[in-house]
Amino acid sequence: MTKRSNEPFLWLLFSAGGVVSGMLLPIHLVLFGLAFPLGWLDPPAHEKLLALVRHPVTRIYLLILCSLPLFHWAHRFRYTLYDGLQIKHLNELINIFCYGGAVVGTVLAAYLLWTIP
Amino acid sequence: MANRITLEVTRYNPAHDERPGLETYEVPLRKEWVVLDALNYIKDHLDGSLSFRWSCRMGVCGSCGMTVNGVPKLTCATFLSDYAPGPVRVEPLKNFPVLRDLVVDTSDFLVKLAKSKPWIIRKVEKPLEEEYFQTPDQLDTYKQFSMCINCMLCYAACPVYGLDPLFSGPAAIALAQRYNLDSRDEGADQRLDILSQHDGIWGCTFVGECTQVCPKNVDPAGAIQQYKLAATKEWLKSLVLPRGAE
Amino acid sequence: MVNPTEYLPKSYHTRVSTYWWLARWAYLKFILRELSSVFVAWFVIVTMLEIRALTRGPAEFAEFQQWLRSPLLLILNVVSLFFVVFHAVTWFNLAPKAIVVRLRGKRLPNLAISAPNYVAWAVISAAVAWIILRG
Repeated sequence: MTKRSNEPFLWLLFSAGGVVSGMLLPIHLVLFGLAFPLGWLDPPAHEKLLALVRHPVTRIYLLILCSLPLFHWAHRFRYTLYDGLQIKHLNELINIFCYGGAVVGTVLAAYLLWTIP
Repeated sequence: MANRITLEVTRYNPAHDERPGLETYEVPLRKEWVVLDALNYIKDHLDGSLSFRWSCRMGVCGSCGMTVNGVPKLTCATFLSDYAPGPVRVEPLKNFPVLRDLVVDTSDFLVKLAKSKPWIIRKVEKPLEEEYFQTPDQLDTYKQFSMCINCMLCYAACPVYGLDPLFSGPAAIALAQRYNLDSRDEGADQRLDILSQHDGIWGCTFVGECTQVCPKNVDPAGAIQQYKLAATKEWLKSLVLPRGAE
Repeated sequence: MVNPTEYLPKSYHTRVSTYWWLARWAYLKFILRELSSVFVAWFVIVTMLEIRALTRGPAEFAEFQQWLRSPLLLILNVVSLFFVVFHAVTWFNLAPKAIVVRLRGKRLPNLAISAPNYVAWAVISAAVAWIILRG
């Protein structure tokens, strides 16, 4: 039997990340990137927000929110570098940068969320 | 409407040209003429050495694909008057090596098409006296992908095919999917073995231009995404079940 | 074609230009769609920084909000919002191409797949906003 590529795994991560980015990132961006800083909406008080983030369900939600979109970026950016800049011969470096970056980001997010006081 | 139009046509003779260049010809502009008619006029009256492929002149053989004003088109289905007052630039199909004038080397496509095993694969063939029955609904599942005339316009439109020599390309994958979806076929596994190799189908980034230029509405981009999903399901199954266990 | 023969002296291979993506609007739109992923990653980084600031106390959190108010960050986040929404819309519109659902022998139209995505998007966004804003 010929060995089949493991690309489906990466594509699955990319797709999951694409769904999470599409469904969740816009509202988070609108609230935390624009509405709260600009005062369009009253941000929740610091203690309330911290209490919300402390909840285990919120921590898992935030881990997914941070990790999957990064894998979505990794896969898409990798192919953009291949085709846009035509540097596919550097594919080993590109893969390490992209997927490695996503892994590092995931680990950082997990650490952040695990160590909330 | 003026009664003449200018065509800028690629000329390339490998024996004595460094690279392809454009030459200008003036042809009659007749209301019902297509670009192929203009090329035949040039060959008949102006320059008999112009080389190009064509056959059925009605959009079913897939021979006359060329680049018209930067867009891959069947020259038998592209009206000259749509480009009035011109000029109309006619170049060979993109992403293929140019053999001469407007003729390209299609062997890469044919190799990749063969890899898709575009025929019914059976584990055991039925005897000749027995038919394979298929309902209209079963036919409907794959009919769209069976309309491909192998004209390679999708290959000319696909930036990934131009950049990645390992990518199988839209038509080859659409035709693989056409047979995978055919109720009479039992060869999906064999095709997947070949196409799931890295870059067989995974090079596709869903640009979607292949579907835009397809003259037969095959929607190869859709076929490829469906194939990615099918390949991923197979991969997930292989994690749970050992390969070879049926 | 590998070996030139007597009748086919050589073929001409056109190199794909580095700027192939500028040649057609469709290609440019495609590259912009792919680059939206960079803005997706950017906002994940902002989110992680915000979580970190949150856990370091009200003073640091307030300072972080100040940083978010700076013109550079605001412009960046407005641009990011455009690209993230562009990603969401193109994603939901393309989903029907990969997901084929057949009902009674006929394939469901594209809207049957993309519309539920948009509805889910609206409902989920409202739910998230409610959870965050109610305190």
